[in-house]
Amino acid sequence: MNKLTNQRAWWFVLPVVLLVAFNAIIPLMTVVNYSVQESFGENMFFWSGVRWFEEVLRSERFHSALWRQILFTGIILVIEVPLGLAIALAMPRKGPWVSVCLVLMALPLLIPWNVVGAMWNIMALPDIGLLGRGLNALGFTYNYTRQPFAAWFTVVLMDVWHWTSLVVLLCYAGLVSIPDAYYQAAKIDAARPWAVFRYIQLPKLKYVLTIAILLRFMDSFMIYTEVVVLTGGGPGNSTTFLSIDLVKTALGQFDLGPAAAMSLIYFLIILLFSWLFYTLMMRNEAR
Amino acid sequence: MMANIGLQDLRHSYLPNPVADADWALKRLTIDWADGGAYALLGPSGCGKTTLLNIISGLIKPTEGRILFDGRDVTDASPEERNIAQVFQFPVIYDTMTVHDNLAFPLRNRGVGKREVEKRVREVAAMLELDTMLGQRAAGLTADGKQKISLGRGLARSDVNVIMFDEPLTVIDPHLKWVLRSKLKELHQRTRRTMIYVTHDQTEALTFADQVVVMNEGEIVQTGTPIDLFERPQHTFVGHFIGSPGMNVLPCEVAGGKAMFAGLPVESANAAAYRGNGGRLELGVRPEFVSFAESGIPIEVVKVLDVGRHRIVETSHAGFIIKMLVPEDKPIPVGAAHVRFAEDRTRIYRDGWMVT
Amino acid sequence: MRGRYWVPLIYIIFLLLPIYWLLNMSFKTTNEILGGFSLWPHSFTIDNYRIIFTDPTWYNGYIASIEYVVINTVLSVAAALPAAYAFSRYRFLGDKHLFFWLLTNRMAPPAVFALPFYQLYSAVGLFDTPLAVALAHTLFNIPLAVWILEGFMSGVPKELDETAYVDGYSFWRFFFRIFVPTIAAGIGVACFFCFMFSWVELLLAKTLTSVAAKPIAALMTKTASTSGYQLGLLAAAGSLTLIPGAVVIYFVRNYIAKGFALGRV
Repeated sequence: MNKLTNQRAWWFVLPVVLLVAFNAIIPLMTVVNYSVQESFGENMFFWSGVRWFEEVLRSERFHSALWRQILFTGIILVIEVPLGLAIALAMPRKGPWVSVCLVLMALPLLIPWNVVGAMWNIMALPDIGLLGRGLNALGFTYNYTRQPFAAWFTVVLMDVWHWTSLVVLLCYAGLVSIPDAYYQAAKIDAARPWAVFRYIQLPKLKYVLTIAILLRFMDSFMIYTEVVVLTGGGPGNSTTFLSIDLVKTALGQFDLGPAAAMSLIYFLIILLFSWLFYTLMMRNEAR
Repeated sequence: MMANIGLQDLRHSYLPNPVADADWALKRLTIDWADGGAYALLGPSGCGKTTLLNIISGLIKPTEGRILFDGRDVTDASPEERNIAQVFQFPVIYDTMTVHDNLAFPLRNRGVGKREVEKRVREVAAMLELDTMLGQRAAGLTADGKQKISLGRGLARSDVNVIMFDEPLTVIDPHLKWVLRSKLKELHQRTRRTMIYVTHDQTEALTFADQVVVMNEGEIVQTGTPIDLFERPQHTFVGHFIGSPGMNVLPCEVAGGKAMFAGLPVESANAAAYRGNGGRLELGVRPEFVSFAESGIPIEVVKVLDVGRHRIVETSHAGFIIKMLVPEDKPIPVGAAHVRFAEDRTRIYRDGWMVT
Repeated sequence: MRGRYWVPLIYIIFLLLPIYWLLNMSFKTTNEILGGFSLWPHSFTIDNYRIIFTDPTWYNGYIASIEYVVINTVLSVAAALPAAYAFSRYRFLGDKHLFFWLLTNRMAPPAVFALPFYQLYSAVGLFDTPLAVALAHTLFNIPLAVWILEGFMSGVPKELDETAYVDGYSFWRFFFRIFVPTIAAGIGVACFFCFMFSWVELLLAKTLTSVAAKPIAALMTKTASTSGYQLGLLAAAGSLTLIPGAVVIYFVRNYIAKGFALGRV
């Protein structure tokens, strides 16, 4: 669209800017403020420069949380994206069952996150939960409150249950936007189903897959509530991911400096990927 | 490998339980097309031409009727089994492949040997002037280049019975349309494949085809050469649709073997054939065959449109508009004048159909 | 049924299992739950639901949640409409950077903002009100709404605006009488996503409230820790939170594919 240059447009964006700035800039300034100071008691602050940042970046605890987070995000991406794509490909493209499927699949996406955690908490209880009892009956010794592996398994399963539908819906929307003519031409060209996937469907899904991957990356990197309700970050700290570690740090300590520094580092990591996201998206749209 | 295409008693509806006439997208059709011809299916949007095309190619199964390729019943055969090729309204290419691989794709899928594939791809690319671009990614070509690739995939196969075109010039730039049109005609002359071209644009149809099938509301209205359709339209729809401007259609009466328009006698080619059996009577004459005269039908000149080599003159008599085509060297009277219709080009139509 | 349709079917069954289990639990007494394992309630009871519907502490939780979600949706979409229009129609100083900055807020981790928000909203005296949560959620929802609406608006040709001006419409009359109805689907999609993200988010909702405006989600976690494990009650409370989501999805079911198709989640 040919856009007119008009500075009056700033009046239109003003409400948005004010609201978001209020929520973003002021708290961020507070965080920055804390991150470069050291406090001893009620109102005594001393400038400490980059001390907190160094401490956080060097801390064993931060590294462990970061690695756990990266591992978690990696695992769920590898499972959710191909799985979501496969389900979208298998779904009917027309007909009465389509809305039924879409509605049922969207359900997990609208459940409050703590209820998600609670549902899986109850499901996975070793003696009285469907999953827990089931797994133990099959011969596994499963107890997610005591075994780190079981806890990871349950957390991953919960996330797959919770978010795969997002990938499915995105991929499905991309699939139905492919005009019939492409499939017709493929039929006429005697192309096999794998060729149809590789040469027609996959290329046309590049855009939605990029969005799906980046969205899942971002959101899984910030995961908090579901995991806290399910495992509390444990057993021990085996499922303490970055957000959880951050909140524990902030609540557990008297001095908000380390928490603030960690917040900023965390935010910067995400910002880096935001920028990547944005650039990739804009490049795709320009095509 | 080219085939005779026959459609017998074909009817098609998109609804599960069609009842009324309007429920049928295609009403009863029977046609025979000979091998190697260039055919056009011409008609306005919604007349059923795309439906008919898709039934011939096998992408739709008809509700009733049979399709025969060379006498063989292919009604239940899939598109691959029928060995057809189709070019769609917008370019359908495999974006991630090169031009070369696009053209080779249908051949490779059918197990054609490597040497043969190369030979055919180069042949077709040369015909379509794509040979310099074989190594390029297909996605990078312009719209007309991509349509050529679509066409090329059909031409590359030696076993193709018929190539079908579904309004292929829709997304092509206007100044490139005629280039592509001539190319298609040339290709037909060269390869002598049966080609069926669907369009709503009369210029495309009349310049490409040897035989044009005019369709309206799911029915075939007339089949004939472009000249036939122009000079002897069998239905007022054909007269109206073809030609720019279309035929003048004026209400009339027939009494004693003579036609009367607005109370004035008019000479016509077929008034004598009218059997007096009622119906809505109309008189059709093309603007090309209406001329100014000393006497005849009195008219008022209403509007003159100069389109370069001739003028379209709108005249009126008794509330009816009569259009005329006047060559640039002939004078146009101002105000009141008379016109006459060329007798052999004036015909009477009953309920739309030419009286015979 | 075509072979490949087993895949979505099995997936849907997988999705419904925990929901079924939750419902199952909600109709059992806590004794039965802790006492053993059964696939359906042996001593069917609606006591858990009765408690929730009669005890104000509980049902106020639902009301509080719905309150801030609705306020947030209205606020986010209302503010986003003119902003999206500006991004769609005009070029102005800093427009690309502004857009990017807005998007980054969608990516902001709630954990980072929990404590600062607590301090901020206490300082302006909004602590423990639905308005606080509604405002806090605009941080994520406004960028989302702007993004979605801008996408839909860019699909409407500028000629529409110009024709309206030629016909003598003032800007605001054009905007509300002509433009907004044209992008009604987009507004629907934006409302849906704002509702979704506000309804499901817990950390900020919990942090910014304590008693008066405590959302149902926070109540549930409180119950779990203080009065021991009243699993049946918890399950009932959880089951009830499924309803608003299900209702909303049902209403937008025809637009789900279209909204996601814009790829702007």
